[in-house]
Amino acid sequence: MRPFTYVRPGDAAEAVAAAAAPDAAYLGGGTNLVDLMRLGVATPGTLVDVTRVAGDEIEELPGGEVRVGAAVRNADLAGHPLIRRRYPMLAQAVVAGASGQIRNMATVAGNLLQRTRCPYFQDVTKPCNKRNPGSGCPARDGEHRDLAVLGHSAACVATHPSDMAVAMAALGAVVHVAGADGPRALPLPGLHRLPGDHPERDTLLRPGDLITAVDLPVLPMAARSRYRKVRDRASFAFAVVSVAAALEVDHGSGGPVVRDCRLALGGVAHTPWRAEAAETALRGGPATEEAFARAAGAELAAARPLPGNAFKVPLARNLIVRTLAGLVEGSS
Amino acid sequence: MNTTEDDPAAGAVTADLRLRVNDRSRPVCVDTRETLLDTLRERLDLTGAKKGCDHGQCGACTVLLDGRRVKSCLVLTVTADDREITTVEGLARDGGLHPLQEAFVANDALQCGYCTPGQLCSALGMLAEAAQGWPSAVTPTDAGDGEVRLDEAEIRERMSGNLCRCGAYRGMVEAIGEVAR
Ligand SMILES: Cc1cc2nc3c(=O)[nH]c(=O)nc-3n(C[C@H](O)[C@H](O)[C@H](O)COP(=O)(O)OP(=O)(O)OC[C@H]3O[C@@H](n4cnc5c(N)ncnc54)[C@H](O)[C@@H]3O)c2cc1C
Ligand code: SF4
Ligand code: FES
Ligand code: FES
Repeated sequence: MRPFTYVRPGDAAEAVAAAAAPDAAYLGGGTNLVDLMRLGVATPGTLVDVTRVAGDEIEELPGGEVRVGAAVRNADLAGHPLIRRRYPMLAQAVVAGASGQIRNMATVAGNLLQRTRCPYFQDVTKPCNKRNPGSGCPARDGEHRDLAVLGHSAACVATHPSDMAVAMAALGAVVHVAGADGPRALPLPGLHRLPGDHPERDTLLRPGDLITAVDLPVLPMAARSRYRKVRDRASFAFAVVSVAAALEVDHGSGGPVVRDCRLALGGVAHTPWRAEAAETALRGGPATEEAFARAAGAELAAARPLPGNAFKVPLARNLIVRTLAGLVEGSS
Repeated sequence: MNTTEDDPAAGAVTADLRLRVNDRSRPVCVDTRETLLDTLRERLDLTGAKKGCDHGQCGACTVLLDGRRVKSCLVLTVTADDREITTVEGLARDGGLHPLQEAFVANDALQCGYCTPGQLCSALGMLAEAAQGWPSAVTPTDAGDGEVRLDEAEIRERMSGNLCRCGAYRGMVEAIGEVAR
């Protein structure tokens, strides 16, 4: 591991100033960054510990939104009564991820910014456009079973590994950032970017941007929402495919109708994937399995799977249908 | 805490800190790159916590930080200078084993024992989490702040961050369930 200076700033402004040092990186819980440093993938010269300055509270804002401090630990997020009651899919997504110990360490900001689990990215002896731009993408012809089916590019087929971010994308959370040029807000989806020709950039953040908070909007239908994750073992494994969904159903005489919905997918793209085509297809239509399958088809029509991950397309379709159907059953 | 740029050749950066481990304050001088697991084992002679994977995947290195379970292979020692660290060596009291340790022995909850210190610390952290009503992937999360009943499914899910190559899970589930009741 490259030697580094450790800095513990007194407040967020000091943190941003310290991050102006060349090769500086913010340190959250360290569960991803420390590992990547040990693997030689990340080589910061300065670590700016932001666990005590990036905000560690969950509070309701005057407008009813819920503000989550960027340094709130994943376990505290999932356990908070406001999150469990108003945004169950978010609490479910968090507890579906990693393990009890890791959730105690991991922060909200670190979770959003965790890097791909593509095996070539994590192995410095291999080429990888994301780690070493221009060196190539061995995943496309190699091990890509766990990688993207939507929105990928010739340069990179990596997936974003977070569960939490999928639920936040479905909710339309807003990420607050303090940077050298002052504060900014980025919506989710919109924080993360598709790989295009620059897979080395995961997000639209600028160097030195510090995430300070994530706001969860007022969204009554989220009180009945669900996160479902398919993985290779029953617990403690990344998502193969996951779905975050919220559904508002009218039970009229002509059968249940979708008044509004939110849908996002995990494990399928370089970003937490908001399924807007499916949402459009669902709104105002019947809340039936046939309609859910058509909506899933509308979203997945854009899928371009690779030979080793084509199974993800029917898996995502089935998971969307089952999750939405489960929400209808719970609503009558 | 003081950070000094030692040995400019290698560029190593060191820090002088005091660690509070098992109710004792211990001065150490560490490389900023050092993990808590390595400091405990290599400098403080606390070899209970084990290195299984060094990537956060096995749980053998689990210790309690301010009472919460963490994987010490992913904690940089410089970040832990003012926190309360509890390792398996700190569980026994007044010369007697901790009730959870007794229950592990009584239920044959180990074979080679390599994963055991991590399992014990993790289980203690988990019991405290459940007592606070924290949800898990098998708890209905929207149920609110209800009490958690630690049945077998809950124990297995909540302990999934600790692997056991010997497969002594059955005994561990029994032992932990016994202490939870
Ligand atoms: C064994 C294992 C299994 C896992 N399984 C899952 C899983 O199933 N599902 C899942 O979703 N995740 C999983 N994870 C990943 C885990 O959720 C992430 O490692 C964690 O959320 C990262 O948070 P952190 O605070 O530890 O981030 P760090 O490792 O500290 O940082 C990650 C990145 O965020 C940056 N950063 C941190 N804080 C800020 C800030 N305030 N502003 C700007 N940048 C910041 C850092 O510079 C770094 O680039 C797993 C991890 C491990 C080790
Ligand atoms: S998919 Fe992306 S991260 Fe993986 S090897 Fe290709 S360029 Fe690297
Ligand atoms: S050694 Fe820390 S989790 Fe395996
Ligand atoms: S008892 Fe041998 S690894 Fe668990």
